[in-house]
Amino acid sequence: MKKHAKIKNSAMVNIAAVQTVDNQQFKTDLAAFVADGCRISAMFLLPGADQKVIYAAVSDDRDGSISLLATPCQKEFASLTPDMPQAHWFEREIHEIHGIEMPGHPWLKPIRFMPAADAKEEVLPGVTSYFEVSGEEIHEVAVGPVHAGIIEPGHFRFQCHGEKVLHLEIELGYQHRGIERAMLRGQPHQNRRLVEVIAGDSTIAHSIAYAMLIEALHGLKPDKSAELVRGVALELERMANHTGDLGALAGDVGFLPTSAYCGRIRGDILNTTAVLCGNRFGRGMVSPGGIGCSFDKTIADTVLERLVPIEADLRSAISLIWNTPSAVSRFEETGCVSRADATAIGLVGPAGRASGLPVDIRNSHPFGAYRKHKPEVPVGRNGDVFWRARIRWLELKDSLRLIREMLAEVGDVAVAPAFSLPAAPDSMAIALTEGWRGEVCHVAVTDKSGRLLNYKIVDPSFHNWYGLALSLRNQEISDFPLCNKSFNLSYCGHDL
Amino acid sequence: MLHILRARLHQQYRTYPFPEKKPVLSQRYTGRPLIKGDGCVTDCSACAQVCPVGAISRSSAGKPVIDLGRCIFCHACEAACPAGLISFSSEFALATSNKEDLIVNSDKFNIASALPEEYKRLFGRSMKLRQVSAGGCNACEADCNVLNTPAFDLARFGIQFVASPRHADGLLITGPVTQNMKLALVKTYEALPSPKIVIATGACAISGGLFRDNPEVNNGVGDIVPVDLYIPGCPPNPWTILDGMLRLMGRI
Repeated sequence: MKKHAKIKNSAMVNIAAVQTVDNQQFKTDLAAFVADGCRISAMFLLPGADQKVIYAAVSDDRDGSISLLATPCQKEFASLTPDMPQAHWFEREIHEIHGIEMPGHPWLKPIRFMPAADAKEEVLPGVTSYFEVSGEEIHEVAVGPVHAGIIEPGHFRFQCHGEKVLHLEIELGYQHRGIERAMLRGQPHQNRRLVEVIAGDSTIAHSIAYAMLIEALHGLKPDKSAELVRGVALELERMANHTGDLGALAGDVGFLPTSAYCGRIRGDILNTTAVLCGNRFGRGMVSPGGIGCSFDKTIADTVLERLVPIEADLRSAISLIWNTPSAVSRFEETGCVSRADATAIGLVGPAGRASGLPVDIRNSHPFGAYRKHKPEVPVGRNGDVFWRARIRWLELKDSLRLIREMLAEVGDVAVAPAFSLPAAPDSMAIALTEGWRGEVCHVAVTDKSGRLLNYKIVDPSFHNWYGLALSLRNQEISDFPLCNKSFNLSYCGHDL
Repeated sequence: MLHILRARLHQQYRTYPFPEKKPVLSQRYTGRPLIKGDGCVTDCSACAQVCPVGAISRSSAGKPVIDLGRCIFCHACEAACPAGLISFSSEFALATSNKEDLIVNSDKFNIASALPEEYKRLFGRSMKLRQVSAGGCNACEADCNVLNTPAFDLARFGIQFVASPRHADGLLITGPVTQNMKLALVKTYEALPSPKIVIATGACAISGGLFRDNPEVNNGVGDIVPVDLYIPGCPPNPWTILDGMLRLMGRI
């Protein structure tokens, strides 16, 4: 294998140091990385003045490194997907944005229905060819974009034989707001806010990733206490969403006590985030260089005080479900994703861990406060709804521990001062964080004057939507709400 | 069975007696902005410069003017104003009936009023809503969803989020209305039986919010469908949403 640039999490490298190799070498080396257990965290095309280059960022969970591979590409690029299924969505994205043909890709079609730069005709979302099963007694169920609940839009097509789902195809893109392009136009005070709404329920995870990139590119070093406060906010975000999900899972199997209690407790956790910054979703909490709102001992004490009843209520509400066999049996053996499939498609976060993949960026590529405060990384056995629920509960309890540990060490923090422009020129920086859904990856590339040339965002949902499709194979269609909730993926995080 | 009853006792009755009693929000919550009368520094645009969404301008009288339809309540302007003219109160009642009422240039505010009598007769005691997210980031959606939890218990006001537009009296829209959701939004609106109402929730739905002027979005609901209630915020606090709905029904 050729030697490729290798960096740590939240580091930067001069773009010239990421040397391009030919397409064949790129493919061979990337395949070697993936065969060795590494994961593709990001893959994108950078349209340069003289040539287009495809970059891949490959994370090694054993030594916490990120290898950067690059290869030139003109109009065509032989698809990697047949050998590396985890490249499939990235290749579809590159095809959609840049019009690159990918011979060999088994299912090359848009993922977002973006209006292409040179499009002559209107792009209609969801209007495309779908995988179809045919035969006697085969029928198709189409759902969305507008769903029955208070939920974001997406289109789902089930190929069914009776109640049995042979295949589910998910088409998204309805939420596409053009965030990556807007980042290139935005000023720092706007971009800082824009990353907070990539996925509203993952405000902290995305804003920490952005802050880490800006810090790498500007040579800023956040204060240790500021990093602890960020860690506390990230764990509160994880707790709120895991609580909401456990409640919703209980609701989906008709077990209403846990559902009702968790809905309220989730609110109590969001209100604890509001103690830190005034906003329930952590808007304004993180700022490049540190945090966006001051922090002191009174706040730390208030958070600790609030966690006491929250923990008691959580234990009461959630132990109910584990002690109710009729509810648990509905979770078990529903929507299984095998470890082999999870590895092949590159599942991340609790969904990956439920299938037995011990991937957690807080542990493998530690950032900020996690360099010292290590999470436990529970893994499941068969990737069913039960394990996706169970992992959430184990993580919830661990988040409580982490928050208390971090708050025991934290000191007062002032608001991060404004930083000077511009950033390091001709550089590429990469940041990984572990949001409640899994790995959040941001990659920034600057031009020769230090301005943002490219901003790539990979929400964990980008990796995991296909996992949901796989979980429905040979399940009953009535299992869909339960499977869907057990992944609870972001539509806007995917659509950007 | 016993463990369920034990949990029920532990979890207690938690529904907040709103609107009889005003809820206390976090100390750092930023609600309705108040703008002081005089003292705006000539040739200063510090407030407008720090605003990430272009919500602030200066009136002809030389005073800052905030458009709550765009404001994300980050209160960066509060610290930026050298004359200290802008402050954010803890007042969470922010909904308005007209878009113009969202423009704030003093300490006065024209809060939402009840629907016209005929609508009030129909919807004042029972209002079924269909929610459509048209590019919403899931924060506004989450704070609508939370109204169904026991803490708020939306159903006690006769308000319910329903699964089909055919069952709905109104539409609650979130998100900047992406190009890719425009058609679905219009079709959903048309599927509602008349008379019907529309609630635009959050800075995105009112003005496009942080996505304003992106070619991929429509700067909010705008003229796509007529709006009866504007609920500002990024996202609005759940109490702000509930307060707005109750005002619309003439119950506050």
